[in-house]
Parts: sequence; structure tokens; C-alpha cells
Amino acid sequence: MAAPCVSCGAAASYRLFLAGRVSFAREQGLWKAAAAGLQTGTRCQILRLKHSPAVTTKKNVAALRRESYTVDFIKKQIEEFNIGKRHLANMMGEDPETFTQEDIDRAITYLFPSGLFEKRARPIMKHPEEIFPKQRAIQWGEDGRPFHFLFYTGKQSYYSLMHEAYGKVLHVEERQDQLRAKGLFSEKPKTKDPIGSRWLIKEELEEMLVEKLSDQDYAQFIRLLERLSALPCDAAEEEFVGRFRRTVTVQSKKHLIEPLQYDEQGMAFSTGRGNAPWRRGKRKTANAEAVVHGHGSGKIEINGVDYLLYFPVTQDREQLMFPFHFLDRLGKHDVTCTVSGGGRSSQAGAIRLAVARALCSFITEDEVEWMRQAGLLTTDPRVRERKKPGQEGARRKFTWKKR
Amino acid sequence: IMLKGMTRLVSRVHKAKHGEQHVGQHYNISIQELKTVFPHGLPPRFVMQVKTFNEACLMVRKPALELLHYLKNTNFAHPAVRYVLYGEKGTGKTLSLCHIIHFCAKQDWLILHIPDAHLWVKNCRDLLQSTYNKQRFDQPLEASVWLKNFKTANERFLSQIKVQDKYVWNKRESTEKGSPLAEVVEQGIMRVRNATDAVGIVLKELKRQSSLGIFRLLVAVDGVNALWGRTTLKREDKSLIAPEELALIYNLRKMVKNDWQGGAIVLTVSQTGSLFKPRKAYLPQELLGKEGFDTLDPFIPILVSNYNPKEFEACIQYYLENSWLQHEKAHTEEGKKELLFLSNRNPGLLERLCAYL
Repeated sequence: MAAPCVSCGAAASYRLFLAGRVSFAREQGLWKAAAAGLQTGTRCQILRLKHSPAVTTKKNVAALRRESYTVDFIKKQIEEFNIGKRHLANMMGEDPETFTQEDIDRAITYLFPSGLFEKRARPIMKHPEEIFPKQRAIQWGEDGRPFHFLFYTGKQSYYSLMHEAYGKVLHVEERQDQLRAKGLFSEKPKTKDPIGSRWLIKEELEEMLVEKLSDQDYAQFIRLLERLSALPCDAAEEEFVGRFRRTVTVQSKKHLIEPLQYDEQGMAFSTGRGNAPWRRGKRKTANAEAVVHGHGSGKIEINGVDYLLYFPVTQDREQLMFPFHFLDRLGKHDVTCTVSGGGRSSQAGAIRLAVARALCSFITEDEVEWMRQAGLLTTDPRVRERKKPGQEGARRKFTWKKR
Repeated sequence: IMLKGMTRLVSRVHKAKHGEQHVGQHYNISIQELKTVFPHGLPPRFVMQVKTFNEACLMVRKPALELLHYLKNTNFAHPAVRYVLYGEKGTGKTLSLCHIIHFCAKQDWLILHIPDAHLWVKNCRDLLQSTYNKQRFDQPLEASVWLKNFKTANERFLSQIKVQDKYVWNKRESTEKGSPLAEVVEQGIMRVRNATDAVGIVLKELKRQSSLGIFRLLVAVDGVNALWGRTTLKREDKSLIAPEELALIYNLRKMVKNDWQGGAIVLTVSQTGSLFKPRKAYLPQELLGKEGFDTLDPFIPILVSNYNPKEFEACIQYYLENSWLQHEKAHTEEGKKELLFLSNRNPGLLERLCAYL
């Protein structure tokens, strides 16, 4: 595969970052520049000297609170990332020009296999833009005057956005008035895409503006955007509004696992995976496989034994009854299944899941959706929780003795 | 009480006329008869149901009908035929047995009914060394209880049958030859120590005399697989007792052998009270073991299975008529389907389910 380039390996090693902040004590430069800029030559040396201890303490506190990265630093990180990407492509034997982010991810999971459960704790290599939190460049120039005209409001990007949006609203209304004056006004009903998208949430907006917002600010902004979108807009305005909408996957979790086998669902071919739907179900540690025949008489056979003998407890039999009862098909199907592992109740749950999945092939799409909402088609994720050291059980602590 | 539906009522008197068309119908037994014929035979849940509904109703089912047919056509000159009712748990073996006993009682047979042979091989408080035979053990309590019930069931015969041997109980008491059997029974009830021996004597006499043709004998044992299984009883030195060493069991085994004429033997094998047998076993082979199977060998097995749809319907109707099912959905089709599914047409399970509806 990749030729072992040890040198490349060394060079590439420090391109990789663990997720989370990496603190560099480089921000001193920031403040020193600011301090030096503020203090012009009129100040005497003594003052500067006097100020320096205070400045240093202020510096350190600021450093602990907010780790800010200089623009140069970020630029350098980007360069290093790109070089590292090329090295990685070389190592994997692929073309450096067409090495996408997915390829990088695959290469990293290959080179650094990690067994950690938390996905965010595993090694990643991404563009520095995604890793380092967005920072604002210095908002004022050398003479101390801020660049943006709304700097002194505190939330300059938010207010500028509001200003822009309101400007657009006024513009559209002006256009409407003009059209009405000319008599060319036509009431065009607005048909926005009904369900396909949603507004940005507050966190996403904060991320976009690199500023903290309050809930009222956010609500105000959304109201303004709604007002704008209600008016007949141009393409430019649509594009402006579109920046703040995200798509929503319609009909979340479309059940894909239905190779609908509608052929000869019946006793003609009995078992066999090709013909009668054969499905699996799991619960805790129990695994079950069920075959459901159409045109049956309500018999259920588990591991060769009748379900009455296998589950003497009524509760288990009620679990088995649930999918059929839900679809009103109590005496119409025959089930043959095998189950292993787990205990009495988890075996019942596993068979129930397998039977429900198998029944999917016999019924309409709507009924499948109802079953999904009833929770018949979801594997129960609850497993036995591990016992921790220092505690008696998973949650129970040892008896607390005061003395 | 007059509003019983058409699914019931075969006339009480002519039970002899039960035929194929009556399958699925209930028939009534009056409470008086119940006390005489079944002092000790009915399963406890059925007794509770009788008390609740204030009447006893049995359903006519195919296995019982089959047996009745055979019984009607028995040739009493031949040795007694053995019939074994077997089936899964809760399918109605004991109640079928009771049906047959009732029929025979109506026909004036002498009923020798052991309600549950399993009770004799477990949980016995006091075991005495037998007075008759030093190697065997007596069970005074069980024997006396059984004698009392036997007396209630067969009052009128006890005075007719005469004992053909002299039996000496102890230094002061003895029974002369030619005295009625009632005396033996009385002796057993009064002197609890000799109860087991009294039982043995009764069994021996009945066996001997049924061949003479004065009366017809029906031996009905429930849970006959206890006779050849294992016991949980121990001697004082904590060693296990085999079933043969219990006098009651020994005599009963002799009874169940088919070396006498003039009657029939109807047996049930059940797992419910059995010791050391897996829950799913229901075939006679499994439950009786090799020894028992060989002893009982030429027998007629009769399978008792779950309700068929017609019987199931009838049972539900019966409950509905007695206003036993209080749930609103019980009348509807879906309700019935649910019950069907949950109980899988097993009579015992259905009864247990309905108890909470």
C-alpha cells in the first residue's frame, strides 16, 4: 500500500489534532501590540514600565479565559494541513490532487484504529476552520478607531444583519408601492416550500455571526425574516433568506429494510428465505428469527414447540399477540420461529420484533408507518448496564456510614 | 336461571343417550348428586367454579364420548380393559374422568376413585411401619380420608358386599367372615392406625368379588404415573423410600392389573403433580417410565386435546351466560379472537384467563 515514508510520517504527525482546544501561549503578542499602539510616544517610559506588571497580570488572566488565535497562526495551520494532506495522500498511494475529506477520514481510521466509544474522542484530521473556533479579528485599527460603524452597539454583526434585512423589507415595500402606483400590481400568492426546510436555530446563528445572542434577539430576527419572506421577493432576496434556512429530512427514518416479497406468500412454498419473509429480531441478548406464512390459522411454533408450552406466562404470549392484534390479523397467519439466548421476557420481545418486521411485507405503507410509530419495529436499545467499581451495582452505591 | 341458551342442556336423566351430536354442549349435575358421587374427585378450580355459579356443568367432549362408547360395549366376562387418558397440561383429563365416573354412578356401578395418586407419594407427615408386613409403610391419614370418601360415594354397596375372610385387627377386635364390608370401612375410619390395612382389605375383596358378577366395578385413578415414579418420602435415617414399600401403593398396583373381570379401569397420567418429571412431558411412555409402561402394557390410550373451535365457542357462551366475563369486549369477535390466541384453546388456561376478566 503506502511506501513507508518515515520522514513523512514524522512531518505528518503533528498535523493531527485531537478534538478540543489546543492552547498556545501566543496571544501575548496581541495585547502587546494593542498596548504599544495605545500608548504613544507622549507617555513616559516610567509609566510604561509601571503599567507593564499590571499589563502582564491582565494578560495572563485573559489568556486563561479566552484562548484566541492570531490570523497568522490560523493561516499557518491551514498551510500545514494542506501539506499534511498531500503527505497523507502519498502515504496511501492516492493522487494528492483529488484527495477529498472523506478520503482523509478513511485514511486516518485505517492508520489509527481506535476502540473508543465516543466518536468525538477518536483521532481526526480536518481543516483548521472546522477545528479552531471562529475568532474575530481585531475590530479596530492602529489608531484605535473600530472598523464597523456598529461596533459600539456590542453585537455588531447581529445589528448589521438586522439593518440589512430591514433595508431589504423597505426596499420590497417601496417596489410594491411603485407597482401599485403604476397599476401593475398583481397579487401573487407566495408558495414557499411548505415542509422542506426550517429556520436556523439560535446556536447555528451564533456560530454564523461569531457573537453571543439572547433569545429575544433571535426571536426578533426570525420575525423579521418571516416578514420578509411573506412579501413578494426577488431572486436576490430569496437567496438572502435562503442563507438562513436549513433542509429537514422529510419523513424521518424511512424504513428501508423491506425487500417486499409479495410472491406466493403462503403455504405453497412453506419456509425458505426466498419466499416467505424471514426476519430477525433482537432484545437484550436474545436473537430470534421468524418466518410468517400468510393464509394460516394463528398457530405459532417456537423451536419446534407450541407457543403455549414455550411461554407458560401470559405476559409473554401477550407480547407475541401485539403485532397481530395491532393489525387486526389475529387468526390469519402462521409463524415458525427459532430463538436463542436471553431470558424468557427478552426472547418474547425478540420474537415480537421479528414477527413485526416479517409482517411488514404483507401490509400497506401506511400500516408500516403506524407500526413504526407504535414502536413495533424498533430494536429496544436497553441493555444491562455495567457494574462500576466503587459501587455495589450499576447505580446503587455502598451503604453510607456516617462514621 | 331459566335464561340458558341453546348450547346447553342435554336432559339430565338420559345421560346414556350422549351421542356424537352433543359434542360441545354442557350438561348439568345437581349439587346433591355432586356430594354423593364426587366427595373427593373434582379439581379444586372446578369446585370453586361450581360454588360461584351455584351449579355444576360439564362439557361433553369427544374423548369422554369415545370412552363411554367403549364402556357401553364392554364384555364383562373378559378381563378388565385399561384405558389411559393422556394429554398436555390443562386439556381436561381429570374432568373427562369425572364425566365417566358420573356416568357409571348413574348406571349403578361401584366406583373406586382415587382422586390423585400423587398425594400418596409426597408430603406425608406420619409414616408408620406397617402392622401387616414389616417391610412396608403405612399412611394413616391419607388412608382414613380416602375411606371416608369411599364410604360417602358407595353407601349402598357396602352393606351388600360380604367379606370372605376373617381379619384380625389386634388382640381385641376382629372382623368375622361374612360380615358386610361396611364394618371394615368403619374399623378403618375409627382406628386410624389400621386404616391402610383396611384399604388393602377393601381392594382385595372388591377385586375378588367383582368377578362374581354382583356388581360392576370401575377403578378410576388420577395420576397413575405416581405408582411407578419416585417418592419424596424418607425414612428416619433419611434414605429414600421406593413406591413399592408403601402399602397403599402396593395394593393399588395389584388393583390396576387386569387379572379380574366384571369392570373397567380408567386411568389418567398427569404431569401436574408428578415428581421429577419435566414440564413438557405428556405421553404415557414418558410419564409412566419403563416399569409402569410394561405393567400397564395392553391398554387403550385416549388423547385429550385442546378445544376445537366449536367447543371453544360453547365455553365462551357458557361464561357469558353466567355473566362471568365482565369486560365490554368479551362479547365481540375481537375479544374472542384475543382469548383464542392467548389461551390457544386450552381449557385450563382459558379458565384461568377468564377468572381475571
